[in-house]
Formats: sequence, C-alpha cells, structure tokens
Amino acid sequence: MTLRAEAHTPPVTHVPRFGPVQKWVHRTTAALMGVCVVTAAFLYVPQLAELVGRRELVVRVHECAGLALPVPVLVGLVSRAFRADLGHLNRFGPHDRVWLRAALHRDKRRSSRPAAKFNAGQKIYASWIAGATLVMLGTGLIMWFTHLTPIMWRTSATFVHDWLALTIGIVLAGHIGMAIADPEARSGLRTGRVSREWAEREHPLWRP
Amino acid sequence: MRSDDETLTSARDSWSGRARGCSNGWVNSEPTEAPGEPRPPEERGTPVGRRVFLGTVGLGALGVVAAPTLQRGLEGFLGAAAEKDPTGLTGLLPNGGGFRYYSVTSSVPHRNASDYRLTVGGLVDHPKTYTLDDLRALPQTRLVKDVQCVTGWRVPDTPFEGVRLSHLLDAAGVRAKAGAVHFTCFDGAYTESLTLDQARRSDVLVALRMQNKDIGHNHGGPVRLYVAPMYFYKSAKWLSGITVTEHVEPGYWEHLGYDVDAWVGKSNGRDDDPTS
Repeated sequence: MTLRAEAHTPPVTHVPRFGPVQKWVHRTTAALMGVCVVTAAFLYVPQLAELVGRRELVVRVHECAGLALPVPVLVGLVSRAFRADLGHLNRFGPHDRVWLRAALHRDKRRSSRPAAKFNAGQKIYASWIAGATLVMLGTGLIMWFTHLTPIMWRTSATFVHDWLALTIGIVLAGHIGMAIADPEARSGLRTGRVSREWAEREHPLWRP
Repeated sequence: MRSDDETLTSARDSWSGRARGCSNGWVNSEPTEAPGEPRPPEERGTPVGRRVFLGTVGLGALGVVAAPTLQRGLEGFLGAAAEKDPTGLTGLLPNGGGFRYYSVTSSVPHRNASDYRLTVGGLVDHPKTYTLDDLRALPQTRLVKDVQCVTGWRVPDTPFEGVRLSHLLDAAGVRAKAGAVHFTCFDGAYTESLTLDQARRSDVLVALRMQNKDIGHNHGGPVRLYVAPMYFYKSAKWLSGITVTEHVEPGYWEHLGYDVDAWVGKSNGRDDDPTS
C-alpha cells in the first residue's frame, strides 16, 4: 500500500548515498594523500626541492602522513555501512564487464554503462589505490628504517616507490579531474545525498 | 544513527519498488546491493576488487625483487632519451635526468669568481687560500667516467675537469704525521673525508667543470670535489675547505651510516660496476 501510494506522489528528489563514516574516511584519506603528494613534490622536483630545502623536515612530514594514510580506512571498518560499501566495491557483476568494455571502446552511451552503487571504474580505482598505498607504505618503511634491510633492498624499494609515486600522481589527477567534472558526485560525498535523477542516470542498477 | 538507518531503509524500499517495475534487463541478473544481507557468492558477484588489490600489492613486491634489472634497463633508455630531450621533462622521471639535486640544508649561499675561496690548511707547511682564478690557472686534468650514486642512479661518461687534489696537497707540503684529508663545504653542513692515499690518487680532482661547462650552483659549483672511484656522496659539492688531518673524520653521510671507504661496487652493500 505504501509503495503504491508513493508511486503516485511526486518522486523523492534525494536519495542517501554516503553516511558520516564514508564521508569522513574519504575526507581524511584525501587530506593525508594530499600532504603526501605535496611533500613528495618538494622532495622530488628539483626546482621545488631547491625552493624548500630542509630535506629532513619535509621527509619527516611525508613519513608521518604516509604512515597515517591507511588509518582512516582501518578505523572506518568498525562501521557496518562502510564495510557494506567496501563489499560493493569488491564484488563485480556481469554489468561491470559491460561497463569496462564500453570504457575501453570509449562508448559513452548511458545504456552501455550499467552501474550499481559504484561503477566498474570506481571499483577498480578503489582497489588499485588501496593496493598501491600499501606498496608505497611497505617500500617507504624500507627506505625509512634503513638498518632493517640491506642497502640493496633499499635501492630497489626506492625504485618502486619513485615509479609508483609517479603513477599514483597521474591516476589521482584523473580521479580528481573526474570529480571536478561531476558536481553531483562531489556533493554526494559532501552532503551524503544525491538527487534521484542523478542516481538513476549514473547508477541505474543501484537501489539505495 | 538510528534515524539515518530508517531513512536509508525507507528510501531503499521505495526505490526498489520502482526498479522492480522498470523493464531494465540488468535488474534480474544484478546482485542486490543491500548491506547486511548475506547472499550466496554467485549472487554477490566475483571479488574482482580483492584480486586487483592483492595483484597490485603482489606487483609491487615483484617490482622490488626485479628492481635492479628494471632499473639498469630504464637508466640506459632514459639516459639516452634525456640527451636528446630539449624540454628537460625526462629529468622529472625517476632516474631519467641523470643528476638529482640533494641538499642537506634549507638554502645554500651562491659563490662566484669574486667571492669564492678555497682554503688548504691543517697539517701542512704552507697553508694557502685559492680564488677561483687561482685554481683555473693551475694545470687542469680531464676525466671522463661514469658517476654512480649510492641511491642507484648512474650517469655514464661524465666529463670532469679540474685540478688534481694531489697537486694542491704537494703545493701545501703535507707533514709526515698526516694521514687523512677532511673537506668542508660552504653550505655550512656537508663534510667529507679521504685517507691521504686515497686523496693522492690521480682520479681525485678539485673540479671546476662538469659536462664541459663550468659547474653551476645546483651541481655544487663553482668548485666541487670529484672522487671518481667512489660513490658520488664522496664528491662533496660547494667545496670550500681542505684540511689535512692525522686520522679520517667521518663525513656527513658517514655519520648517518654510509661507508667511509666508498669504493663503487665494493661498499655500502652494493655491487655496481666500478667507475674508475
């Protein structure tokens, strides 16, 4: 009865997308990642390194931010809603393959981009950035605590850390670029809710 | 939280009602993404996310294992590319641009021909201060060898020109009980040391030119040390003082754990090809 009654009233304009835990995990992770990226630039780009100098201080800030980077997600795990979202990000259905194939062929038609709460691109990004963060943390720790491992390891870890940093920088720029291009998605992370129209258009298979 | 949950539930209910009504072919084959409801695995979808996550971590570990090989290949390729790259963008790639700027202080004063001084003192009979022009007037030696940094990067066939350190030591008259040479720099922090035997080698220069140009500030100019057979941290930038001492005094990085006798390929746990 209630369902039928609602179908005849004007549609609810907003649907909830993220709870406070998801919002804050994203915010703090983004802030820490930002600190990592900026300090990395100071350490790495020669012009900036010359401008800033103070290698020891910048290294210390970079180390602390890097060490703290996984903490928001780990704390977020206590929340059931957050764990549920991780589940959505983890599980791929047949529609995700369709989405990815369309993305590879630059097929931008809505009908060829089926997505549930998260689209396949968001799922891959989330999993990859989580793995990459762990690799950065591991190689970073090897570079930090030099006495724990032979110098050979440290050189190898530096190599991986440098190249992965560059890759993360590019991927992150893509992530931010796509967010800038979609104000509704950003407002979803800011306010926790999105318009029903947007949800049905961008995430037709999502049932909030 | 409770009120949030209720909103969530009611919204889900209302929308799933609508979704059921629409004729989207995907809906039936779709995993229902409602939190907290356990479902058989085939209905929840494949855990591709977990595989991507573990795959990334695994690739990272593999990268560390394969790094020495990968690095050699990339350095060869990027080194060649950097020589033909007018934009200098390859310089921003890891290992791409050859040299990297490392400074242990926040800023380094600039010195030029008018205010640069190099003092030679300690256990010598004739302490002396050289200007840049004094050094340029002395016999110059040119060496073309690879530069190897202890962090891994290597720049092939880099020409250095300057005065042999042994020449300056002979001119100063090293006393009999001397056993080592200590170097100080005008950045105010960096120090280095060599044994007297090492310092007298013919491939150790007080360098004025690098890569066929006067050494610029960023590369340690106007005058830096060049210790060809050792890792590049021995080649102190912004050289301003040479002090002959009785014993080796460990330098800046050596206090932080680097080897004092930094022969390329035979120290710091590395096996690079010798540079000299």
